[in-house]
Amino acid sequence: MLTLLLILIPLFSSIMLFAFGRNHAKAIAFTASVAELAVAFATLNAVQTGQAALLNIDMPWLADIGIRFHINTDGISMLMVLLSTLLMPLIMYASFNRNYNNLHTLYGLMFLMQGSIIGSFVAMDGFLFYLFWEIALIPIYFIILMWGGNNRQKVTFKFFIYTLFGSLFMLVALIYVYLQTPDRSFDIQALYAAGRQLPVVEQAWVMAAFFLAFAIKMPIFPFHTWQPDTYYVAPTPGVMMLSGIMSKMATYGLIRWVLPMVPQGIEEYGYILIVLSVISILYASFISIVQKDFKYLIAYSSIAHMGLISAGIIACNAQSLQGSLMEMLSHGINTVGLFFVFDIIFLRMGTSEMKQLGGIRGLDSSFAFLFFIIVLSVVALPFTNGFVGEFLLIIGLFQANAIAASFAGLSIILGVVYMFRSYQTMMLGETNQLTAGFTKLTMQEKITLIIIVTLIIGLGVYPKIVLGITESSVQTLLQGIQ
Amino acid sequence: MKELLLISGLGVLSLLSGLLNLRKGFLLIVILGLLGNIGLSIADWNLNEDVYGMMLMDNFALAFNIVMSVSAILWFISASSYFNNDNNFSDHFSLVLFSMCGGLVLLSYSNMSMLFLGIEILSIPLFVLVGSDKTKLSSNEAAFKYFLLGAFATAFLLFGIALIYGATGSFQNATIAAKLSEGPANAMAFTGMLLMLVAMAFKVSAAPFHFWAPDVYQGAPSYITAFMATVVKTVAFAAFYRLFSSTFGSMQAEYRIIFAAIAALTLLIANFTAAVQTNVKRLLAYSSISHAGFMMIALLCMANNTSGILLYYVLVYSISSIAAFSIFEIVRTQSNGKEDIDAFKGLIRRNRWLAGVFAFSMLSMSGIPPMAGFMAKYLVFTAAIDNGYMWLALIGIVGSLIAVYYYFKVIIAMFGHESDEAPISITASQKFILVLCALGLIALSIFPNLVINQLG
Repeated sequence: MLTLLLILIPLFSSIMLFAFGRNHAKAIAFTASVAELAVAFATLNAVQTGQAALLNIDMPWLADIGIRFHINTDGISMLMVLLSTLLMPLIMYASFNRNYNNLHTLYGLMFLMQGSIIGSFVAMDGFLFYLFWEIALIPIYFIILMWGGNNRQKVTFKFFIYTLFGSLFMLVALIYVYLQTPDRSFDIQALYAAGRQLPVVEQAWVMAAFFLAFAIKMPIFPFHTWQPDTYYVAPTPGVMMLSGIMSKMATYGLIRWVLPMVPQGIEEYGYILIVLSVISILYASFISIVQKDFKYLIAYSSIAHMGLISAGIIACNAQSLQGSLMEMLSHGINTVGLFFVFDIIFLRMGTSEMKQLGGIRGLDSSFAFLFFIIVLSVVALPFTNGFVGEFLLIIGLFQANAIAASFAGLSIILGVVYMFRSYQTMMLGETNQLTAGFTKLTMQEKITLIIIVTLIIGLGVYPKIVLGITESSVQTLLQGIQ
Repeated sequence: MKELLLISGLGVLSLLSGLLNLRKGFLLIVILGLLGNIGLSIADWNLNEDVYGMMLMDNFALAFNIVMSVSAILWFISASSYFNNDNNFSDHFSLVLFSMCGGLVLLSYSNMSMLFLGIEILSIPLFVLVGSDKTKLSSNEAAFKYFLLGAFATAFLLFGIALIYGATGSFQNATIAAKLSEGPANAMAFTGMLLMLVAMAFKVSAAPFHFWAPDVYQGAPSYITAFMATVVKTVAFAAFYRLFSSTFGSMQAEYRIIFAAIAALTLLIANFTAAVQTNVKRLLAYSSISHAGFMMIALLCMANNTSGILLYYVLVYSISSIAAFSIFEIVRTQSNGKEDIDAFKGLIRRNRWLAGVFAFSMLSMSGIPPMAGFMAKYLVFTAAIDNGYMWLALIGIVGSLIAVYYYFKVIIAMFGHESDEAPISITASQKFILVLCALGLIALSIFPNLVINQLG
């Protein structure tokens, strides 16, 4: 019941916003997102106390072609749900003073997206997962098309076609495995069983098809070309949803649908994916170093982090998986933080080209301080949430593939280079003509940043809260594979 | 039988409507009549009424009759402005209704002569309707073209029927089917089947017999185009399915490869050509042809009894087409008759209902999940893969991707651009029909079983 509620509240709120939200968009949206968060905590409680009756819903839908409406929440799903429900009020709140046209439509689309993303996190039926996975694409497409910056028509189109193209391969792979099930079923356990019985080479093909869809969404080199421009033209709430929440659908899908379905394929050919991911990390990190624009820098650094997560997942051991899950949460929080910092600067300066900025710390030291903590977390300093995830990830990856791990470890060093350099150029140094006009943060902006920073430090000091949620589910998953 | 009497009765009544001074409420009468037609079909369900050995009202015919009536009701509401601003009010009403009579005969024929009559009764009013925009040259041209090529197709059909008669000695479907299944098909029967296939492919505008469709669809008044793309296509496909599943069922080995080739050609030609169109009406015409390609796949897999899938596909396609064509017509009249994609720029700022529902139906037609159009395509693809036509499914997927390209050209124009044109106001009935179409599509995407399980 709770799981269903998690999907229905955002869908219902989006209908409410479309229909009646014109005058009270902010109030409706914020209340709904907080209510959703409350339900997520109730679900967390149910997960930890093991009340399966509250979580599992399994109803026939298109029964004669083996499609059921089966949703359930386990630890892994729970963490993803928490990530999206936690970020949602934050993203809403961050956009309150930003004067978007037709705010109610924007929020309505965001809720539609949240509902479908959460749906994909809890779906236990392959077809259902695919549907939710695709539904999420439509609202974000319209968000960027209607509220985006210059050249958005072309950029969004590339984004849409690219992701749709990738997911078609996933659909084909799903149908292929579905046709192998004895009684034609899309149920997750039936698909697992059918996938594991495939010969290794076929498993590898299924893995490749799924990975293509996920690699485009994360994104991973060389399927990332849509991402920097899309992030650049997207409005801030949209890009926060995209990089903070939506990219996690792909890494989650890798854990839920690929690892247990084609374990032998991963064992034999997974190294190719790890190599791709590591290339992605290095490539994106190097590109980040030479970026002139802060928003592009965030976009590329996001590719680097997603590459690390993907490598950790494919390595497929307890540490690397736990690390990946932790890093997914941290990346979600940090990237929202970074994009909010970008939003603050861009709103005041009208540019995010780093060279033109400088000396902002002298004008607003508390902003500089909060920004600095986010930077520290992105470069994975101990006692920040970024550290826990990357540390576990790299240990886990080391066990699987020492060479890959050492290259992946470079990401931290390169991260220091580009993050500190950008911080230095924008915040330190002399105040110039442009930045002299930098007004202090408003209360609302400060609160948003403080919440983010609190999350960063809280989870960094006491990561056990997060790791505890997923631990048993990760164990179950690994046992199933062996 | 009752269904046929009802619709032809409505047609006669519409001829008298001027005399009886029914003009104002006539739309309502027609809609009630069509609702009655749906009711009669439901009442006759499972009865398999045999009409003098000429028509068989089996569940297949009744289900398609219901779909035809649903599309027709939606169409009549959306086209009310076509009838209202019209001196030939009663003529147009009666032509449409008589055309539907032909449709009903086509859905249920069990004798070759009825197939022929059905096609003629369906088509002759259409020739007139296509040319009903009398002052417009393109409308006249379209009517003429349609008539000439239609006459050709009819000749093919008749010749085919004659050859089949020669080979089997009967006009009755059941007798022909029994004779044909006795032994391997002889050359005469095969040629006859081939000729009839050509004629039917012409009627459903499948490549390479589709050349008439873009010009006729573009030249005809938009509402008539919508009628042809929905109601007429529904019955043409039903007749096609009926002919080849029952009568020529034993010749599957011979015709399957032809069907597959037609489907592949239609998908490729229509989608590639649609991708370069800038005229929205012509784009919709090509998209209509490309959907014929998908439905051809459902026909091809008829050994697995895919009539339910065909029914679902046709219904989903008809509803989204009616929405699309009527929005197109509203926008066209508000933009000084411009039919280009440019006319749609910034439509969201001019009227969000029009832009929203148009985008909705385009998303559905391009098969984006979770829209009903996706379910329809998904079912068709799995049927194709099940029957060993993986390559055809792949062509279909490529076709859908190209389709995304051209549908999204329009969506981008509507949502991604500003507009300084005046806002468009729409009437309550227009808004009603748009919302009804959108809700219908949503319902169909959530409960596809309700439709599919009625057949097969």
